[in-house]
Amino acid sequence: MSTDRIVGIDLGTTNSLVAFMQGETPVVIPGDDGSNLVPSVVALDQNNQPVVGNAARNSLIEAPDRAVYSIKRFMGRGVDDIQEELKFFPFRLAEDLQAGEVLRIRLGEKTFTPPEISALILRQLKRNAERFFGGPVTKAVITVPAYFNDAQRQATKDAGRIAGLEVLRLVNEPTAASLAYGLDQKQNGIVAVYDLGGGTFDISILKLHDGIFEVIATNGDTHLGGDDIDNLLITIALDDTLGDLGIDLRRNAEAVQAIRKAVIEAKITLSSQPSVKLDIELPGGKHYQREITREQFEQLIQPIVDRTVGPCKQALKDAGLKPEQIDEVVLVGGSTRIPKVRALVKELFHREPHTNLNPDEVVALGAAVQANILGGGSVATENMLLLDVTPLSLGIEVAGGVTDKIILRNSTIPASSTQFYTTQVDGQTNVAIHVLQGERELAKDCRSLARFDLKGIPPMAAGMARIEVKFLIDANGILHVSAREQRSGKEAEIQVQPSYGLTDEQVESMILDSFDSAEEDFRQRQVIEARNEAETILAALEKGKKSPAWGHLSTDEKKQIAKMEKALSAVKAGDDYQLIHKAIDALNQGTTRLAELMMDSAVSAALKGKTMDEADMGEGPTAPHPMAPPEFQ
Amino acid sequence: MTDSSLTTITAKPAPAETQSCWSCGTMRAVHFCEACGKVQPPAPVDYFTFFGLPRKLNLDVALLEKDFYELSRKLHPDLNALGGSQEQAWSLQQSSLLNDAYRTLKDPIKRTQYLLKLEGVELEEQSKTATEQARSTGQIKKQIVPPDLLEEVFELNMQLEELRMQKKTGDDDPALIEEIGRQKVELEEKQKALLQELEGRWKMWDGMIQRTQNGQPVSEEERRQERDKMVDLLNRRNYIRNLVRDVNEVLESGN
Repeated sequence: MSTDRIVGIDLGTTNSLVAFMQGETPVVIPGDDGSNLVPSVVALDQNNQPVVGNAARNSLIEAPDRAVYSIKRFMGRGVDDIQEELKFFPFRLAEDLQAGEVLRIRLGEKTFTPPEISALILRQLKRNAERFFGGPVTKAVITVPAYFNDAQRQATKDAGRIAGLEVLRLVNEPTAASLAYGLDQKQNGIVAVYDLGGGTFDISILKLHDGIFEVIATNGDTHLGGDDIDNLLITIALDDTLGDLGIDLRRNAEAVQAIRKAVIEAKITLSSQPSVKLDIELPGGKHYQREITREQFEQLIQPIVDRTVGPCKQALKDAGLKPEQIDEVVLVGGSTRIPKVRALVKELFHREPHTNLNPDEVVALGAAVQANILGGGSVATENMLLLDVTPLSLGIEVAGGVTDKIILRNSTIPASSTQFYTTQVDGQTNVAIHVLQGERELAKDCRSLARFDLKGIPPMAAGMARIEVKFLIDANGILHVSAREQRSGKEAEIQVQPSYGLTDEQVESMILDSFDSAEEDFRQRQVIEARNEAETILAALEKGKKSPAWGHLSTDEKKQIAKMEKALSAVKAGDDYQLIHKAIDALNQGTTRLAELMMDSAVSAALKGKTMDEADMGEGPTAPHPMAPPEFQ
Repeated sequence: MTDSSLTTITAKPAPAETQSCWSCGTMRAVHFCEACGKVQPPAPVDYFTFFGLPRKLNLDVALLEKDFYELSRKLHPDLNALGGSQEQAWSLQQSSLLNDAYRTLKDPIKRTQYLLKLEGVELEEQSKTATEQARSTGQIKKQIVPPDLLEEVFELNMQLEELRMQKKTGDDDPALIEEIGRQKVELEEKQKALLQELEGRWKMWDGMIQRTQNGQPVSEEERRQERDKMVDLLNRRNYIRNLVRDVNEVLESGN
């Protein structure tokens, strides 16, 4: 059913993408600016309307108090978790934030929780897809870092709901990448996916067997990525300006953002050039200049890159494999373009990594493959099935503040464990349970997922009650809990107090806040976009009429075009976007030969030494730079 | 966690008449319908039964993997995402049962422990209670030492303590490290030997089950004896495994 299109979304720290399965191949859906990558930046404009992506990027420098980036690092985290991050990210938290509450970040005069900000990015991607399909999109597969914990996953799912998307599945990013890789390669064997992105690092080891993608082990660090390299370079620049010029720019958000932009550019350049020159204009007109050689850069980032070694070794150990037993290493994430990172991977796995996939797009493409599988599959995905694992052990706090692990990390999901509890006191009707996630021995060192009370236990003598509690991790890596008192057969009531999570009511109200008129919004947007498209093609036609190619058309062809032009101009004023699209398609069809003739004359003109512009081609399609988003001045 | 955490998932026993598929009415397999492929309500079965296996300990792991993949292709939630909410719930339960069963049965130790649990031996509970008692009295990780290992273990623990001290002050003795390393190799050998011994017990157990299936009576006493031997082997192996872990911890610390 066409209304049931399921898209795949890579909700990244730095960039986000939406993709879908076109026939037998996954493709990325471009935004209205023609770019496949939507920068994960959200800003509020003068009218307090949210702006997302490239449009929001300029705000980072012009109005940093109204913009936010790398929000993914704040998903599912509490105020205590992020003190370290806040040193680098110039975000302002809401003043009235309580401990244990979901973070709220101030943009202009408003505050937003991380899921709401992510929802704005998701909504932009949803719009891009809707424009592409010419119809509503309501279902999605969203990727998350494999090492995301329960709270981070739940926050991502909430973001989807707020954006008006039914999240059919959360897929781990490296696993998604392996799906795209496997679709391409169709070989059995052991594959390691090394995914170093903007803010997170994952390593996953998979066994590919006749279409089954079985994750054997996964590990990672949800706070390790390109951002850390940027922050290091920013710190150096800030130290330099303070030391040499005596200017303290640390509290100057505009200047910090200008530096950030420059160092990111420099970092990217250093992947292809032996050295780069930083030249940053500082407030007051002075320039900060510095030459960085690749050698210096590599020395600088060594400690950051080295932090990926531990997780890789642990994953190998958990998988019970030696590096030689890995058949292929697939690189994912923009940071794997850094030569130093590639060298490290080669050293770790004793082989050249597979670099044929576009590290920026492969996760989104894999998400589209998974979306296709969930939607019933196609010829290409017929035999494909993903068997993923839970990255972290699930535990329960027992006497002495110790964690009793009940589902071990790297267990294939869905996975479950049934535990039995009893009462300590006569007539006791409640039992408190503390659920944890992590590998550490002591509960205080693990991540607290939730505390809840088993309520409604029928009163009986101490130790007589036998409460069966079932913990189940679903295919999204999210925990579900149910309980039953065995002797009475009574279902015990469970009240979960989410740690740093939104309640159902909160999510509901956020959906209402932004979606009270979603259908109408969608229709209006469609009309506006269809009109814009009509304007564009009509303008192109005017241009075509002036080109020498026009003279080559027969009178009949010209007459036909004039007729269709008239038809389009007529429906353009109305508000039936489907009619407008039909007229556009007709005109497009009718002018195919004109376009070809123009192309021919353009090519021959170019051969005569003229440029394409002189040949009056108009604006050609923009070609995204393969290295990085091209927004830098 | 929001709504999902509140979902109550309770395995309800399949009603007697659901020998036929709820969807198309054909006679069905345990987990899914052979005729229409629909996932069926989960029945409360043990892991062996889930895979259609007798309660024997020797099993072909390659074959188990093949069955696991085949059943995954029927039961996994990804392949039942288009079904109604009830079907999806069944798929989630069946699939988690499948994964739990596979994880348990493919591992020789977990498989043995599970079988003993089915036989009424509360291995896990025993050790849990013991550990919790030890923890509450402050004696973390203290276990009952198998008597024949007593002397050896005492010696090793002394040496480990010594090395710990040395590592703290930074002047570790290479001879001591070598000696501990040698003992570690010995322990690992012992661990392997115990596993082999355990596999020997599997044969006895499986033979006994076979006899029962053939209608020959097996006395409760014989069954109990077989169980006890395996429990003893598992305890010893556990003990040695923990010891090896301690040794590794000390050897790797501070490096």
